[in-house]
Amino acid sequence: MTAGRDTGLVRAYVKAGGRLSASRWIDLASLVVAAGGHHPNLGPEQRQIMALLGTRGALSVAEVAAHLELPPSVAKILTADLMDLGCLAAPAPHNAPATDVLEEVLRGLRNLIV
Amino acid sequence: MDSATSSSDPHSRLPATVIRSVKILVAGHFGAGKTTLVGSVSEIPPLRTEEPITRVSIGVDDLAGLPAKKATTVAMDFGRRTFGSTALYLFGTPGQERFAPVWDDLSRGALGALVLVDTRRLDASFGILSAVEARGLPYAVAVNEFDDAPHHPPPEIREALDLAPATPLIRCDARDMPSSVHALITLVAHLSQPSGAPQ
Repeated sequence: MTAGRDTGLVRAYVKAGGRLSASRWIDLASLVVAAGGHHPNLGPEQRQIMALLGTRGALSVAEVAAHLELPPSVAKILTADLMDLGCLAAPAPHNAPATDVLEEVLRGLRNLIV
Repeated sequence: MDSATSSSDPHSRLPATVIRSVKILVAGHFGAGKTTLVGSVSEIPPLRTEEPITRVSIGVDDLAGLPAKKATTVAMDFGRRTFGSTALYLFGTPGQERFAPVWDDLSRGALGALVLVDTRRLDASFGILSAVEARGLPYAVAVNEFDDAPHHPPPEIREALDLAPATPLIRCDARDMPSSVHALITLVAHLSQPSGAPQ
């Protein structure tokens, strides 16, 4: 064990722009998708997130963290920032009839084993 | 196979039909089979995140004047299954239930928890059950049947774990997809009942 500061924690803190929490409530299971907005001054990790979500569909914040090897807490802060900037958004609802979420999950699970 | 799984996309991005997500926690002590169950149900190869944390010791350590901080990493495995407009995320909770902030964060907004139990180590499940109950998460208990584990009758397990009568108790083989899915069905069906709703 080395004395002094822990580099992993310091690195995570720097990546998050020196902040400890996200600007909005965001969950590891929250879905984010590219929103079409562009911002000229994104940090390297934010550019990585935009490259990951650039053109093809949504991912959860947890998947963003795993694919980019970011601590989940940092991924939350960075995706929240990108939502604030209009670069990311939650997926838009479509015209399909709304179904109860528990019903949809239960039906889907049952369909897996029939 | 689900359309969400595309071999051409290494990151398995979700189809545009998916607009919402839910999460279920898969809890259990170290070695209870959480990652195995997540992997047998997930449509993507299970993913892992690592959170560096500072564990601030309280109580005895402070009184003893020992160093109060210890840097460590909390690893978490998770997977995904897509149904129509909904992506179900299964998060394996860190086995070290002492990392309360990680548990708090994972529990927030979760539908409920499937608690995996190994009958060879029933006593190791008490802390997990307490952690789930402390966060008001509805849950079902699944006994992961290891080949060399003793077979206790369900009433004995129920009594040993001090489960409420309404708490579902099932057997499963975490390596087996239909068996793992059946355990999740039991949990979600329990959540769908008025009595299974979060407090």
